[in-house]
Amino acid sequence: MATNKSDSTFGDVQVPELVRKLLSSRKVLLGLSILMPVIIISGLGEIVTPFDPLQTHILDKYAAPGGKYVLGTDNLGRDLLSRVIVGGQSSLLLGFSATAFSMVFGVPIGLIAGYMGGRVDEYLMRLMDILMSIPILLLGILILVALPSSLINVIFAIGVVFVPRIGRVTRSATLSVSQEPYVMAAKSRGESTPYILFQEILPNVMAPIVVEASVRVGYAILIGTSLSFLGLGAGPPNADWGYMIATARNHIYETPWFLLWPSLALLLTIMATNLLGDGLNDVLDPRTGGGRL
Amino acid sequence: MVNTLYLAKRIVVATLSVFVIASLVFGMTTALPGSAAEIILGTQQTPEAVEQIEQQMGLDRPLSERYVDYMVGMVTLDWGESLISGEPVTERVIPRLQRTLELAIVAMIMTIITAIPLGIVTASKRDTWIDNLLTGVSYVGISMPSFVSASLLLLLFTTGSLNWFPNGGYTPLTDGFFKWLHHLLLPAIALNFIVFSYVLRQTRSSMIETLESKFIRTARLKGVSERSVLFKHAMRNGLLPTVTVLALNFGWMMGSVVIVEEIFTYPGLGKLIVQAIHQRDLPVLQAAILVPTVTFITSNLLADIIYTLLDPRIELGEK
Repeated sequence: MATNKSDSTFGDVQVPELVRKLLSSRKVLLGLSILMPVIIISGLGEIVTPFDPLQTHILDKYAAPGGKYVLGTDNLGRDLLSRVIVGGQSSLLLGFSATAFSMVFGVPIGLIAGYMGGRVDEYLMRLMDILMSIPILLLGILILVALPSSLINVIFAIGVVFVPRIGRVTRSATLSVSQEPYVMAAKSRGESTPYILFQEILPNVMAPIVVEASVRVGYAILIGTSLSFLGLGAGPPNADWGYMIATARNHIYETPWFLLWPSLALLLTIMATNLLGDGLNDVLDPRTGGGRL
Repeated sequence: MVNTLYLAKRIVVATLSVFVIASLVFGMTTALPGSAAEIILGTQQTPEAVEQIEQQMGLDRPLSERYVDYMVGMVTLDWGESLISGEPVTERVIPRLQRTLELAIVAMIMTIITAIPLGIVTASKRDTWIDNLLTGVSYVGISMPSFVSASLLLLLFTTGSLNWFPNGGYTPLTDGFFKWLHHLLLPAIALNFIVFSYVLRQTRSSMIETLESKFIRTARLKGVSERSVLFKHAMRNGLLPTVTVLALNFGWMMGSVVIVEEIFTYPGLGKLIVQAIHQRDLPVLQAAILVPTVTFITSNLLADIIYTLLDPRIELGEK
C-alpha cells in the first residue's frame, strides 16, 4: 500500500473521475438502481401508499394480489403494499444509523490503535477481538435483554456489535498510512495528535472505511430485522420487515403473500447494499474483500 | 519449542476472552441495579414480590460476593437453578448444546462438501455461465436473513405438493440415522444458506488468486494435468483462507441457531434462549449465551491451530 497510495485513497483521485469510475461499475449501478427507489419510496411513506397502512379492512382479509389491493392484504385486511413501504422506514433507518454509530466510535479507535501502535494498539485490539468473539446475534440479544426494546436501543445494540469490525478495518489501513512521509512531516512540524489523526490520516484511509461501512448497512438491516423477528426490536407502531415476517409466519397457511412480500423487500434491499459494497470495493480498494462476517 | 509457546499464548488469550465475556454477561444480566427482579416480574411487580425474587436469587447479597459465586459456579459447571422450573441449569443446557451441535455440524459438513468443490469449479471456469450462476446464487445467499430462508423453506417443503419434511421437532440419533436426518435436514439447510455463500465466495476468490500465482504457472509449464494442478497444487494453498472463514462462520451459526431453531421448533440452545428471554429466566439465559460463545472461541482456537499446521510459511511464535 505504501508504494501505490492512489489505490486506496480519495486524496489523489479527482472527484469527477471517481464518479465516472463508480458509475462504470455494473455492481454499483445495479445496487444503486435497487437501493435508491427503495429509499425514496419508503422515505415518502404514507404520501405514496395507496391505503393507510394501519387501516384494517376486515372483510378483505387474506386477499390475493391484484385488484383493489395490488399485493393483497394481511390477516387483518391491511394493505400489504402500504405496509411493506412503511415497514421499510425503520429497517432502513436502523441500517444507516447503526452503521453511523459504529463509525463514530470504531473509526477513532482504529485510528488511535494504528497510529500509536505498541501497548495501546495491543490492548485496544485485544478488546475488539474479545467483543468479536461473541456471536453477533447473541451480543445483540444480550444488549437488548438488558435494555428495553425500542428502535433506538436496537440501533445502539447493532452499533456496538459493529464497532470492533469498523475499528479493525480502520486500524489496518492506518498502520500503513502512518509511515507515509506526509504523516512524518506533520509529526516533525509538531502538529497535535488529533490533527494528525483526523486531518492527515483519516482522509487517506477513507476508502476501506467507506467500503466496510457500505457492507455494514446491509448487515445491520439483516441483524436488526432478525432481532425484531425475535420480538426484541421495535414493535408496532414502528413495525419493520422483521416484525411483519414474524407475524406473517403464523398465517402462512392462509396466505403465503403476507410472508413473501416483506421477505422479498428485505432480500432485495440487503442484496443492493451488498452489490454496492462489492462495487465500491472493486473501484476503491481492489486488493481486499471476500469472506466478511 | 516455538510451537508450544505460540499455542500457550493463544490458549491464554482465549481463556482471558472467556473470562471477560463471562463478566460482561454477568454485568448485563444480574448486576443492573435492582432491575433483575423487575425484569423477571415485568408488569406484575409489587415491592413484596421484588423482594422475594431478590432473596430467592440471592440478590440481597453484596455484588462482589455474587460475582465471585457466579464465576466459581461457571467454572465448576454449577450454573444455578432455573427461575421457572427450578431444575439445575446445567441439566437444561447440556442436552440442548448437544442437539445444537448436531445441527451445526450437519450444516457445516453440508457447507464443506458443497461450497468448497463449487468454489473450486467456479474459480477454474471463471466467467462462464456456471460461474455467473453460482455468483448470483451466492449474492442471494449472503443477503438472505436466516429467518427468511427458514420461513420460505418451511412454506415450500412442509406444505402443499412438496410436503417432504416434518415441519419441526427432533428425534434422537438412537431412533435411527435417517429419521434423525429427516428432522435435521431442513433446519440445517436454512442455517447453511449464508455460510454456504460466504465459503463459496471465499474459496472462489482465493483459488483465483492462487491459480494466477507463479508456482501454478510453473506446474502447468511442466505439463502437470489440469486436474492435478487444481486439486493437488492449488487446493492446498487456496483453501487456507477458507479454514479461517469456516471458523468465523461457525460463530455466525451459533448465533443463527436462535432463529432457525425457533422456526423449526428444534429443541436446542437457540430455542432455549428465546424461551429464557420470554420467561425472563436469567440463570438459563446466562448459560445459554455463554455456552455457544465458549464453543465459538474454542472452534476459533482449533482453526488457528489447524491453520498453522497446514501452512508451512507461517512462522510460529515470534513476529
